[in-house]
Amino acid sequence: MTQEYQKYYVPEQSPWPIVGAVGMFLIAFGAGSFVKELSSGGGYGGYLLLAGMSVIIFMLVGWFNNVINESMSGLYSPQMDRSFRQGMSWFIFSEVMFFGAFFGALFYARMFSVPWLGGADNNVMTNAVLWPDFQAIWPLVKTPGGGETTAMGWQGLPLYNTLILLTSSVTIHFAHTGLEQNKRKQLIGFLGVTILLGCIFLFLQAEEYIHAYTEMDLRLDSGIYGNTFFLLTGFHGLHVTLGTLILFIVFLRVLKGHFQPDNHFAFQAASWYWHFVDVVWLCLFVFVYIF
Amino acid sequence: MSKVIEQDHHEHHDHHHPSGGIKRWLYTTNHKDIGTLYLWFAFIMFLIGGCMALVIRAELFQPGLQIVDPDFFNQMTTVHGLIMVFGAVMPAFTGLANWMVPMMIGAPDMALPRMNNWSFWILPFAFFILLMSLFMEGGGPNFGWTFYAPLSTTYSNDSTALFVFSVHIMGMSSIMGAINVIVTIFNLRAPGMTLMKMPLFVWTWLITAFLLIAVMPVLAGAVTMVLTDKYFGTSFFNAAGGGDPVMFQHIFWFFGHPEVYIMILPAFGIVSTIVPTFSRKRLFGYSSMVYATASIALLSFVVWAHHMFTTGMPLFGELFFMYCTMLISVPTGVKVFNWVATMWRGAMTFEIPMMFSIAFIILFTIGGFSGLMLAITPADFQYHDTYFVVAHFHYVLVTGAIFSIIAAVYYWLPKWTGNMYDEGLAKLHFWCSLISVNVLFFPMHFVGLAGMPRRIPDYAIQFADFNALISVGAFAFGFSQLIFLYLLIKCIRENHQVPAKVWEGADGLEWEVPSPAPYHTFEKPPLIR
Repeated sequence: MTQEYQKYYVPEQSPWPIVGAVGMFLIAFGAGSFVKELSSGGGYGGYLLLAGMSVIIFMLVGWFNNVINESMSGLYSPQMDRSFRQGMSWFIFSEVMFFGAFFGALFYARMFSVPWLGGADNNVMTNAVLWPDFQAIWPLVKTPGGGETTAMGWQGLPLYNTLILLTSSVTIHFAHTGLEQNKRKQLIGFLGVTILLGCIFLFLQAEEYIHAYTEMDLRLDSGIYGNTFFLLTGFHGLHVTLGTLILFIVFLRVLKGHFQPDNHFAFQAASWYWHFVDVVWLCLFVFVYIF
Repeated sequence: MSKVIEQDHHEHHDHHHPSGGIKRWLYTTNHKDIGTLYLWFAFIMFLIGGCMALVIRAELFQPGLQIVDPDFFNQMTTVHGLIMVFGAVMPAFTGLANWMVPMMIGAPDMALPRMNNWSFWILPFAFFILLMSLFMEGGGPNFGWTFYAPLSTTYSNDSTALFVFSVHIMGMSSIMGAINVIVTIFNLRAPGMTLMKMPLFVWTWLITAFLLIAVMPVLAGAVTMVLTDKYFGTSFFNAAGGGDPVMFQHIFWFFGHPEVYIMILPAFGIVSTIVPTFSRKRLFGYSSMVYATASIALLSFVVWAHHMFTTGMPLFGELFFMYCTMLISVPTGVKVFNWVATMWRGAMTFEIPMMFSIAFIILFTIGGFSGLMLAITPADFQYHDTYFVVAHFHYVLVTGAIFSIIAAVYYWLPKWTGNMYDEGLAKLHFWCSLISVNVLFFPMHFVGLAGMPRRIPDYAIQFADFNALISVGAFAFGFSQLIFLYLLIKCIRENHQVPAKVWEGADGLEWEVPSPAPYHTFEKPPLIR
C-alpha cells in the first residue's frame, strides 16, 4: 500500500524492446531451423541463431545502459525500487516453476514410470509382455530398450561443486553486508571471490560432463536417467553462467563506484538470483546425485 | 465501492505526446497504446483462427473427404487451437488489463512500461513463426494444440522445432505481461485503494497473473522435453528409455488446467463489473467473489488429471481428481449466484454490454454443467475425446471468454475512443452471434453423446444432418464477427461524443477521467475514500 505519492517515472519511448523482439524472433526462428537442420543438414539456422544472440546482447547493453544512466541520475523513486524488486521476485518464482517441471519429470520417472515398467502395481503384463528382462532400479543404468550406462556418484566433483556453491552463497552475503555498511573493500573482495567460485563451479561441471561422456558412457540420450541428469544439471549450469555474468556486470559497476548502502537494486537482484541458483543445486545434489 | 473526492484533471498535455507514425507503436511505453496493440492483435488472430475453424467446418459439412487432406485438417485443428488460446483470448485479456488496470487503481501507467512493450512485440513474431511453418515443406504442427507425445515426438513432422520455439516466446510474453500486472496492482495503487476496494476485474487479473507465472514455465518445460525427445534422443515420453507418454499428459495438464482458468477468471471480473452497472446496484457479495476466485485458482492446481481419466490412472487418482474437480463447481456456483442476486430487483437496462454479460451467465453455466458431467469419471469414459468435449470447452471459451471480451469492448469502447458505437449494428451483432453460436455448438453435445470422435476429418453417416447444421452455424458466427469489425472501425472514425461517465450506473475510477481517456491518466494519484 502506497502511503504517499511519489513521482513514478514513466520512461518516454524506448527503441530497445522492439530491438529485443527482433532478436528473440531471430533466436527462435534460428534455433528452430538449426535443430531441424541437425538431421537434414545444411541451411542457415545456426547463423540466424548467432545473429539473434548478437542482437539480444546489443539490446541488453543498450537497455541496461539506459536504465543505469536513469538510475544514476536519480530518476528512480523508492516506489520504483519496490516495483523492480517485486518484478525480480516473481521472475525467480517463474524460474522455480521451470525447474519444477524437470524435477516433476524426475520424480514421476522414479516413482511411477520405471517401477511400472518393472511390473509394479497392476502393470505385471507390461513387464512380462514388453520387456521381461527389465529390472526396475534407480539409477536406471539399463533401460527397457537395452541401453546401458553408469550412474554418476555424489562423491568427488559433485561434492566439491556443492561446497563451492554453498561457499559462494556465503561470500555474496558478506559482499552484501559490505555494501550495506559502505565497506567498499569488503564488497569488492567478496564479490570477486563469488565470481571466481562461480567460474570454478562451471569449469568443474564441464570436467564432469567430459568425464561422463568419454569414460562413463553417460550421455543425454542414455534413457531417463541420463535425460534428467543432463537437462537438470544443464539448465542449472546455464543459470549459473547467466548468474556469473550478471555478477560480473555488477562487479564492474561496483568498481565504477555505483550503488549506495540504501539503494542497490541491481546488486540485490543479482544476489537473489545467485541464492536461487544455489538452492536449485542443493535440490539437484540431493535428488539427482545422492538418492 | 471507491469514490474519487479529489482529482487533478489537468493532465500534462505539454509533454509526453505520442509521436506520430509507426514509431509511436513500435517504441511506446504507454499502457493505453500497448493495450490497443494487444486488442487489435487479438482480434486479427481471432479472425485468422476463425478462418481455420471455418476450414474445419467446411470439411465436416458432409461426411467423406472433400476439401482438404487429413494431414492439413490436423494442422488446422492444431493451429486453430493454439491461435485461439495463445493468440486471441490471452492477448485480448492482457490488452484489457493494460488499458483498464492502471486506470481502475489510479496508477500513472504499468509498473514496468518498457518490459510491457517487449512482452507485446515478441507475440506477433511468435505467431509469424507458427503460421509460417504451415507453408513449409512437410507442413505445420499437426498433433493437436495439446501436442501429446508420441504424436509430437515420434510421429510429428520436422516443423516441430519451430512450434517449440514459438511456444517458448508466447510463454515469455505471458510471463512478462503477468509480472507487470501483478507488480502494478501490488505497488501502484492510489492512496486509499485498499485490496478489498479494488474492482473485481483487478482482483481476477491479479489471481490470473499469479496462475500465469506459476504455469507458463511448466509449459516451457513440456515443450523443451518434446524438443529433446524428438531431436536429441532423450526418452522422457518413451517407455523404451524408462519414460512414459502419460507423463507428458501430466506435465502438460499441470499447465493446461490452470490455463483454462487463466482464460476465464478475467471474464468473471468483466461480468462482475458490467452486471452491477446496468442493474444499478452494488455487486452482491463482493468479498465472496474475491474468495471464490482465489479458491478456483488454488483448486485449479489439483484437478489436472481429469483430462486423462482414460489413461489408466490408479483408482485413487481417478477418485481424487473427480472429487476435486466437482469441488470447483462450488465457488463457481457462488459466482453465478452472486451475478443473479445482483440483478435481482435491480433497475435493469439492457445495453449491449449487459446483453453479452447475461448471455455469458446463461451460456457459461451450460458449459459449466457439461463440465460437471465430464468430471464424473465413469461417465467421462463415454464422453472422452468426443464432440461432447468440444461442445463443453467451446461453451466456456466462446460464449464464456470471448463473449466477456466482446462485452468488455462494448463497455469500455466509448471510454477508449470517446465515441458511442452504433447501437443498431451492435444489436445486430449480438443477436446474430447469440443465435449462430448456439446453432454452432449446441448440436455438438448430441453428436458427441452419440459417439462422434473429435479431431477426425470424416464421420459416420448418421451424424451428417447435425454436422451440416453445425457448419451453417459456424459460418454464420464467423461472418457475424465482421459486423463487429465494421462497428469498431466506424466507432473509431465517427464522432459521437460521450461524457466522462458513459453509463449512468457505472462505478469506478475509469469513469472519472474524460472520454476519450487522456494519453496519461493519474500523473497525480486520485484520493480515494
